[in-house]
Amino acid sequence: MKTRNIMIVGVGGQGTLLTSRILGGIAIHAGYDVKLSEVHGMAQRGGSVVTFVRYGDKVEEPIVEVGQADVLIAFERLEALRYIHYLKKDGVLIVNDWRIDPITVVTGVAEYPEHILEDLEKTHTVYRVNAMEEAKKLGNSRVFNIIVLGLAAKYMDYTKEDWLTVIENTVPSKTVEINKKAFELGYSI
Amino acid sequence: MLGNEAIARGAYEAGVKVSAAYPGTPSTEISENLVQYKDSLYCEWAPNEKVATEVAIGASISGVRSMASMKHVGFNVAADPLYTAAYTGVNGGMMMVVADDPGMYSSQNEQDTRQIARAAQVPVLEPADSAEAKEFTKLAFEYSEKYDTPVILRTTTRLAHSQGLVELNERVEVEDKPYERNVGKFVMMPGNAIKRHLVVEQRMKDMAEDANDFAINRAEYNDKSIGFITSGIPYLYVKEVMPEASVLKLGCVHPLPKKLIQEFASKVDKLYIFEELEPVIEEQVKSWGIEAIGKEVFTLQGEYSSALLRKVFNLNGEEVMAPAQVPARPPILCPGCPHRSVYSVLKKMKIHAAGDIGCYTLGAVAPLSVVDTTICMGASISTLHGMEKAKGSEYIKDWVAVIGDSTFMHTGVNSLINMVYNQSHGTVMILDNSTTGMTGHQDHAATGKTLQGEEVPAINIYHLCKSIGIENVYEVNAFDIEELEKIVKRETRRDAVSVIITKSPCVLLKSNHFTKKCKPLSEKCKKCGACLKPGCPALTKAEDGTILIDETMCNGCGLCKNLCKFEAIEEVDA
Ligand SMILES: Cc1ncc(C[n+]2csc(CCOP(=O)(O)OP(=O)(O)O)c2C)c(N)n1
Repeated sequence: MKTRNIMIVGVGGQGTLLTSRILGGIAIHAGYDVKLSEVHGMAQRGGSVVTFVRYGDKVEEPIVEVGQADVLIAFERLEALRYIHYLKKDGVLIVNDWRIDPITVVTGVAEYPEHILEDLEKTHTVYRVNAMEEAKKLGNSRVFNIIVLGLAAKYMDYTKEDWLTVIENTVPSKTVEINKKAFELGYSI
Repeated sequence: MLGNEAIARGAYEAGVKVSAAYPGTPSTEISENLVQYKDSLYCEWAPNEKVATEVAIGASISGVRSMASMKHVGFNVAADPLYTAAYTGVNGGMMMVVADDPGMYSSQNEQDTRQIARAAQVPVLEPADSAEAKEFTKLAFEYSEKYDTPVILRTTTRLAHSQGLVELNERVEVEDKPYERNVGKFVMMPGNAIKRHLVVEQRMKDMAEDANDFAINRAEYNDKSIGFITSGIPYLYVKEVMPEASVLKLGCVHPLPKKLIQEFASKVDKLYIFEELEPVIEEQVKSWGIEAIGKEVFTLQGEYSSALLRKVFNLNGEEVMAPAQVPARPPILCPGCPHRSVYSVLKKMKIHAAGDIGCYTLGAVAPLSVVDTTICMGASISTLHGMEKAKGSEYIKDWVAVIGDSTFMHTGVNSLINMVYNQSHGTVMILDNSTTGMTGHQDHAATGKTLQGEEVPAINIYHLCKSIGIENVYEVNAFDIEELEKIVKRETRRDAVSVIITKSPCVLLKSNHFTKKCKPLSEKCKKCGACLKPGCPALTKAEDGTILIDETMCNGCGLCKNLCKFEAIEEVDA
């Protein structure tokens, strides 16, 4: 199989690392070669965070190049826009319809762009969910990222059972049930 | 496995018995992973990299395999013991893992570890992925014992924080080397060191000769019109973009295998040297009269990528989109961070801070804009002292030094001793959040917990400052902004050195439970914006100018409530 390129982007603290761990775990589970690249440290303090996941028969470099992502998973609208040039022409953007103002906007140095998703929909295939609201309905706003992952899962090469097994093996045991529920919710959208 | 996880596994499998380290992105996870093997080996957080390296040297002299790990700038701190350990050599094998940060994802400079290692005359191995990271770690101990030298394992951020598949092996229990008193080898005074220097020169020559046959130095011949000499992660970019090119992949990047390189160069038409950061391989290869292209086309700065290769070789396929122009999202202090509270007071008082390295370095940027300088760990206190000696004590009345608790234990305490000894009048603020925050919450000597999770007596920073002869030492809650302002005002005016310890734990610490959240009462809000000044990311302005607080982000620290003169923010149960 040709190498598939997945990217996860968001704001530091939104749980991109957990999501990428699940994506890495499922690739191994399915018997692929896989490489992941994360950024730790400084970037986690509310900064822009990007994680690359590549899987296939044989993967060389761990980074996804501009214009090469098959699936771009964005946990925030502005971050979707920041990394949209990484997406292939026929790739899909999965986006959490949520806004977090960067400090540059809070201090009035910059303005948060309007209509980001509407504009992106004109040029790309976009699937969106307000995962924060959905997660609150489930009773735990922290699992919003797994809802987004559930929506993204439909555009990757694994079965739903595989996903649920890997989630069970990856998340802390106390949160397995709520995470599985969150995944099912995203998957059913 | 993460590259760092693989290094820890390699050390375990190699029979390592002692490891010491000081945290630093991107090396921290090595120790954090080693600790899972604590039944088989000892590992610790040392207060700094020099101490860590000396711990490893001691363990090696006693006859066991040992290691120290650190980030690239930590290697500077460790340089003193290293340069001489290169002369003494080892008894049990010794490895130092040093993590470079091309692109400066979280560092204050972009130095190249290979330069220091060359100057210190110690060998350097460089893996390209997690699987190699584990194998090269084991090899480092073999070479260390064979050539009687500490060996450096050089990694980079990309390697350390990338994951790849790794096959596990059993641990080999290596028998301890017998210890014998050997003054000629282990006491480096001139008479002995003169002789050892000759040994060092000969050892590097021998190893350079042998390196021609090392399996980790590997020529892959394909199309011979273009050949690359490369190592580490950049090797992967070559394989990705130009799989048909010939490649000489170096696993041992110091000393270089001269014959192998000469042979490779003679077989390819055009030779490129593709190495991140400094032209270390390139300059040596060119000095041998070999024609090659390196930094003429590949940058000295930043992280390499496939895109760089594509650009240089004009391999860009279809047009790619240009990046959108979007507002930057730099890192910021977390909601509820005690540093924000301290800086909001200093900002109000128009105080300048000689800064240091940690989360609190973010006090340099808007809207806080309090920190004026950041050099290296521990420098805040000594730079403030230097300013005073240059300009007099009046000059620093509106200055303080700010330093974190981990950084204070690292090297700050030396600078404070100097202040006492040389009669400074400065004010030092130790922002004690009970952890090494920036690198992801590691314990240190003043937290009362070891890397292995054991409770131990904590060094008391207050008493430490008192015991070196400082009379004016005060502890204050970082969120008590009135009290804090009062103390800072008084102490900056005092004609003596003083220390203010702001004690409030990092919001991200697991032990820190929040019971409150802040809630705006929009009918009372006068839209003055006072609460917005410290730049808490949980606060935004609504359309009508009143304040909104994102309840999922708020940690209930109460800073915004304390800043509101109109009681328009209340604390509610979380
Ligand atoms: C010599 C050196 N070693 C390690 C680091 C990595 N590093 C950056 S900040 C920091 C410690 C920060 O801890 P602390 O001083 O307690 O401040 P906090 O981040 O908790 O506010 C470390 C270890 C470095 N920059 N330089």
